[in-house]
Amino acid sequence: MTDRLDLTLDGAPLTARPGQSVGAALTEAGVRSWRTTRRGGRPRGLFCGIGVCFDCLLVVDGVPNQRACLVPARDGMRLETTPRELGGSDD
Amino acid sequence: MSAPDLVVIGAGALGAATAYYAARAGLAVEVVERGAIVSGTTSAGEGNLLVSDKVAGPELDLALLSYRLWRGELAEHAGLWEFEAKGGLVVTTDDAGATALGELAGRQRDAGVEVDVLTADRAHELEPHLTRDLTGAALYPQDSQVQPMLMAAHLLRLARGLGARVRTGTTVTGFLRDGDRVVGVRTDRGDVAAGHVVNAAGTWAGEVATLAGVEVPVLPRRGFILVTEPLPPTVHHKVYAGEYVASTQSAGEGLQVSTVVEGTASGTVLVGSSRERVGFDRTVSLPVLRELARQALRLYPTLAPVALMRTYLGFRPYCPDHLPVIGLDPRAPGLAHVAGHEGAGIGLSVGSAHVLVQALTGRRPDLDLAPFAPERFSLQGVA
Amino acid sequence: MTEAFDVAVVGAGPAGMAAAVAAGERGLRVVLVDAGRRTGGQYWRRPTDDAEPDARFADLHRRLAALGDAVRHVAGQQVWFVEAGEPHALHLSPTVDAAIDVDLAPDADRAPARVEARALVLCPGGYDRQLPVPGWTLPGVMAAGGVQALLKASGTLAGSRAVVAGTGPFLLPVAAGLLRAGAEVVALCEAGSPSGWARTPRGVAAVPGKAAEAAAYAATLARHRVRLRTRTVVTEVRGDDHVTSVRLGRLDRQGRLRPGDGVEVEADLVALGWGFTSSLELLTAVGAATRVDDDGSLVVVVDDGQRTDVPGVLAAGEATGVGGADLAVAEGELAGLTAARDAGCAVDEARVRSVRRTVRRHRAFAAAMHRAHPVPAGWREWLRPDTVVCRCEEVTAGEVRTACDDLGAADARTVKLLTRCGMGWCQGRVCGYATAALAAPAGATPSADDLRSVARRSLAAPVSLGELARGVDGEDD
Repeated sequence: MTDRLDLTLDGAPLTARPGQSVGAALTEAGVRSWRTTRRGGRPRGLFCGIGVCFDCLLVVDGVPNQRACLVPARDGMRLETTPRELGGSDD
Repeated sequence: MSAPDLVVIGAGALGAATAYYAARAGLAVEVVERGAIVSGTTSAGEGNLLVSDKVAGPELDLALLSYRLWRGELAEHAGLWEFEAKGGLVVTTDDAGATALGELAGRQRDAGVEVDVLTADRAHELEPHLTRDLTGAALYPQDSQVQPMLMAAHLLRLARGLGARVRTGTTVTGFLRDGDRVVGVRTDRGDVAAGHVVNAAGTWAGEVATLAGVEVPVLPRRGFILVTEPLPPTVHHKVYAGEYVASTQSAGEGLQVSTVVEGTASGTVLVGSSRERVGFDRTVSLPVLRELARQALRLYPTLAPVALMRTYLGFRPYCPDHLPVIGLDPRAPGLAHVAGHEGAGIGLSVGSAHVLVQALTGRRPDLDLAPFAPERFSLQGVA
Repeated sequence: MTEAFDVAVVGAGPAGMAAAVAAGERGLRVVLVDAGRRTGGQYWRRPTDDAEPDARFADLHRRLAALGDAVRHVAGQQVWFVEAGEPHALHLSPTVDAAIDVDLAPDADRAPARVEARALVLCPGGYDRQLPVPGWTLPGVMAAGGVQALLKASGTLAGSRAVVAGTGPFLLPVAAGLLRAGAEVVALCEAGSPSGWARTPRGVAAVPGKAAEAAAYAATLARHRVRLRTRTVVTEVRGDDHVTSVRLGRLDRQGRLRPGDGVEVEADLVALGWGFTSSLELLTAVGAATRVDDDGSLVVVVDDGQRTDVPGVLAAGEATGVGGADLAVAEGELAGLTAARDAGCAVDEARVRSVRRTVRRHRAFAAAMHRAHPVPAGWREWLRPDTVVCRCEEVTAGEVRTACDDLGAADARTVKLLTRCGMGWCQGRVCGYATAALAAPAGATPSADDLRSVARRSLAAPVSLGELARGVDGEDD
């Protein structure tokens, strides 16, 4: 088992340790916010840390609305801070 | 405080609008509400002001009158209650539906409704996330949306500014009588004498009428709404399936689901609508929620990954003939009713209150109130 | 896919593990559903399967393993809907989208979408109760439990200069954990006063283990020269796009802010907690009766066998009143024994009586603890009109005030309807208590009805439209 996982955050490299959550990996990398609020455009990151508050949502491997505090880091994982627009029906 | 001219029972959309128009007409108004303001069906809808789901007749006349009031004298407050004339887009997914929609649109146009029959391609331009499997569409620019709780709360605030009083947590237990005449209400917090009493108790208006010894058959029709996560603007109009009109007019007992999808100012998308006659059962029905989701995805397949944050339910107040009850009750002089608007009470509230206050103050109502007469059901029973 | 069981236990923390073990060992077929990947819950969170932080956990872990197939552990699944009935039904969805979490549990692909059980034992735990404070939405401000979770799960430090603040004994292990991991704790602030403990010596003396635990934390704090600042609160968090400092204020005996003697402290991490809020969505969904506990939180009412007033629905752990892991284990065991007896299994009555005594003893301790750590009466004083109350919908204290003063909202539900406070992603889990408090008359604590209206959730977890449309119902089987 490798002791280092390589992920990307908006394309930039990010490393994590096995067993770590995405939120923990971001925290250790010094990233404290990865979302802006709809109304005020304010930065948000981890708050409750246990899946209750939904402040730490991000896009993981193209799947929106994932809680960074709960998603286990995996090698090759793509993290994105901005949800993509919904596709049109002809996509 | 001296006796008010008018006691309004209920602080929902209809009670608030009645208090507002009555206070503006110079009446001293007291609103009594057994719960909190806007706590009944007003807080359980989508905030529809629809002309598109109505066929020529008294309800459409009431809707058009209401629309003129929303866009006219009330327009200065539009921002307070998130009023938006976003337009309704009715779509069909089979050929028979498209034909029927075209015919309906023609009849509605003759009755004064603004409507444009669109090609499926044009509908898709207006709503890019809609399914490609459309056979027809009609756009109703007058269809509008309002945040119903803010609307009712602000109308109550404006009424208070004109001297009205609002007493919550006060349950009407009976009526004060002078012979046949209703001259006030009894409540669990004391009697309130008044020149007139207006029953604006929504889905519970039938119970209130019974306290006055008159029958007003207002019954509950349960509906659920699904609420999505907040999204960037995704659904721009009120979009609904052509079967919706038939569904609102039907008398069936069982579950009916007809899709209504729309965005809100807060970014959520609301998915309705279901209709069931199950009394006041507040049990959340998973089969109904699933059917709402299935039908919504037929129109909006790209919403499949969107998360639902919550659902809510409410009880539409309906009368057997699907028309509301508006006007003075000849069986109990001094008592008037404004209730039973089914799923249209938010939009129709201001028109209904406006004509009722005209009647109460001895003016000629802008609409003929005969089709809305409270006693019409008992007359039918006699005949 | 539906699977049927005698008992469904929801939550695999101390209470749920104990309940599953007790019911399983008496011969019932049990499913243990948990949103987490490993048993242990928040309290026994650990970095790997091998790490066994605690003898109590090790015991339950071993006994669960020994039960083999008699207890089915469904990991990484959250309950988004519950239907009470005969049988009860739980609807499950993956905590982390299945498209991402391919290597979740050995049998992730076989997790049922729905389980049926004749009895439910709901052990959903709780989370830090929060009070809004200016600047608390800045990154770097976290729930104390979240800071602790990062430490326990992966030794991750959320900052290097920490302020730990709020009220309650949980602040101590959080501060101690930060210190042991190498962070500086620049202020450890307890809004209450420790002499409050002394006032209820009976409750404390009944549970000697708690005193030893507290002494261990105190030793760690002393070693790092961190003193507990009592009657001290964070009145403002400052920073541009991250915490840079906090302002501390002192409270008087009545819990009101003393004017004029605030100090500013530089920090890059603020851990906040004001006791705990119990997770009640499943219990309120089935209609179980609730009450306000000594700490002002809404909890579910249970009898002396952990039964709620809904037939076949039991509860254990923080949902019945916040009281820590020992109480949760005892309640869980009692619930498991009750479920077994109600199902007709033979149960050792002496054991039931003994566990019941343990529950009573720990309850007395918890009550003493709650009384020593109240939410300070003056917490609204440090709100400003632009202070965010609802983090999700960014509803401010000023907007809540306007809804109450100008629009006639007099209860929490009406405040929600008129402001969207509590209507966002978290559905009021974080701001519910504050919303209920702000809707209450000045100086009053939140009423049971207001707490109920912020605790009810029609969906216990978000579910996608597609998943809802796809799912299975009993009648479809």
